[in-house]
Amino acid sequence: MATAHSRTAARLMLSPAVILLLLWMIVPLGMTLYFSTLRYNLLMPGMETFVGFENYYYFVNQPAFWAALSNTLILVLGVLCITVVGGILLALLMDQPFWGQGIVRVLVIAPFFVMPTVSALVWKNMFMNPVNGIFAHIAKALGLPPFDFLSHAPLASIILIVAWQWLPFATLILLTALQSLDREQQEAAEMDGANGFQRFFYLTVPHLTRSITVVILIQTIFLLSVFAEILVTTNGGPGTASTNLTYLVYAQSLLNYDVGGGSAGGIIAVILANIVAIFLMRMIGKNLEA
Amino acid sequence: MITLTQVRKSFGEVDVIPGIDLAIEDGEFVVFVGPSGCGKSTLLRLIAGLEDTSGGIISIDGVDATDLPPAKRRLAMVFQSYALYPHMSVRKNIAFPLKMAGMDPAEQERRVNHAAKILNLGNYLDRRPGQLSGGQRQRVAIGRAIVREPTAFLFDEPLSNLDAALRVSMRQEISELHQSLKTTMIYVTHDQVEAMTMADKIVVLNAGRIEQVGSPMELYRSPANLFVAGFIGSPKMNLIEGPEAAKHAATTIGIRPEHIDISADGPWEGVVGLSEHLGSDTFLKVNAGPLGTLTVRAGGEVMMHPGDTVRMAPQPGKLLRFGADGKAMA
Repeated sequence: MATAHSRTAARLMLSPAVILLLLWMIVPLGMTLYFSTLRYNLLMPGMETFVGFENYYYFVNQPAFWAALSNTLILVLGVLCITVVGGILLALLMDQPFWGQGIVRVLVIAPFFVMPTVSALVWKNMFMNPVNGIFAHIAKALGLPPFDFLSHAPLASIILIVAWQWLPFATLILLTALQSLDREQQEAAEMDGANGFQRFFYLTVPHLTRSITVVILIQTIFLLSVFAEILVTTNGGPGTASTNLTYLVYAQSLLNYDVGGGSAGGIIAVILANIVAIFLMRMIGKNLEA
Repeated sequence: MITLTQVRKSFGEVDVIPGIDLAIEDGEFVVFVGPSGCGKSTLLRLIAGLEDTSGGIISIDGVDATDLPPAKRRLAMVFQSYALYPHMSVRKNIAFPLKMAGMDPAEQERRVNHAAKILNLGNYLDRRPGQLSGGQRQRVAIGRAIVREPTAFLFDEPLSNLDAALRVSMRQEISELHQSLKTTMIYVTHDQVEAMTMADKIVVLNAGRIEQVGSPMELYRSPANLFVAGFIGSPKMNLIEGPEAAKHAATTIGIRPEHIDISADGPWEGVVGLSEHLGSDTFLKVNAGPLGTLTVRAGGEVMMHPGDTVRMAPQPGKLLRFGADGKAMA
């Protein structure tokens, strides 16, 4: 694309795709912004009136909002911690030569292909159910009372379910990074007298920082909007114990029929996501530079 | 002093090193040389402890080191890829082995600065390896080896990633380093020029076996067998078989290009096929009929052209004779 002519042609050719993508983003965003300024109740169609920022005021000043905000952040951080630490450990394990390596690598990615609703239901009914779940059976076999995960530790249970889904992703990204770790560097460190732990912390971890950054950035984007797992397991409850911002927006618009309030919540979620993104890029984005 | 006794290494069914005996004296510069795949790097890695032996004993300074981990052998290694730690500054790279040994930071600093001075790295201590040129990286790798004050340095083809000019100067730097440190150095290369120029003692390896051990000039003057004769020296020695060899009661006779004179009354006759003028020398490829193609080194001013007929004479006493088993005959 050297000449002015070819640059113009290139722009022309690219424009349909770019315009389509722009519309795809801008139309829903604009509509949400517009709805967030209306008193828009689904039970009273055709009665919309402009109310300015009132929806934002009421959305933020409901007690559930701050609970939802902190739940969102706890959920994101919790899943990130489990997947990054667990992913590094699993990747280290899978980097060792063992029989059946190929099959194990294929199987490890499997949870990622299971739909969130399905995996959450499997966890809810087959693992965490206090009567029929495997955990309950194990507890009973040990003579302990079964633990009702989803009512007594709802947020932790959801973190566990979501972490299970994302662990393969982290593992695979980190495994590929591990495989590109220079063999001679390891040997050099071995000759320099570094033991296994020292080699891990001085060589492997710095080598993995870029991949860890990628894992954190990508997962954060998706984890801010976890919804299906909550819907099919706890419905945000008990109370608001497992309500995150996405679920609160859903509850506001579709359970309370308040589309205006829900839209305001949606915009707040967008702002929150941007704040998180800015912080993340500030903190760890520099790792992505070569 | 490093002694290898019947050291063997096999990978599965394949015997890479069928059994080697070798003694390396203190302060010696020993070069392992051989064609690729001859087991020279494997042998070095066995000494370093990066590979386990399949049999035999490696002793370092009188201590059986066969089963010692690499770090306990007090050896330092310079790798072909330099193997620097990319996320650490040059200073931290060089100090890494000292840090691992738990050395006092002031002493670390002193040793790093000392190594940096020897290797002219003073201005680069705070850079990352990625910001250095190949030669500088090589020096950092050597610096990392020096600071440990090891009993011996191991070099695994350290110059093969450098360009030709840099290779020559690094070669000299390593030789000078050896003269000033007087530490044992074991150096692996496939380049016989490096072997000839740097070594006190050359170990020629072929297919995991030692073909000959000796000083560069010993190997040059009296190669023990055809393999060494063909491997040491550039351009290669001329090896002649057939009736001409039978005249000297040998299966094969060898004569180096520099030991053939162009003389009008020489016994051998041939047609010049190719002449390479290097300025200082001229290398002639002469098609000498029943003798095969001979390489002849003539003076730089000798003007020969393809198609010219020349007569040649081997210098008396420079002819080497080899028996049917490929071994040199007295």
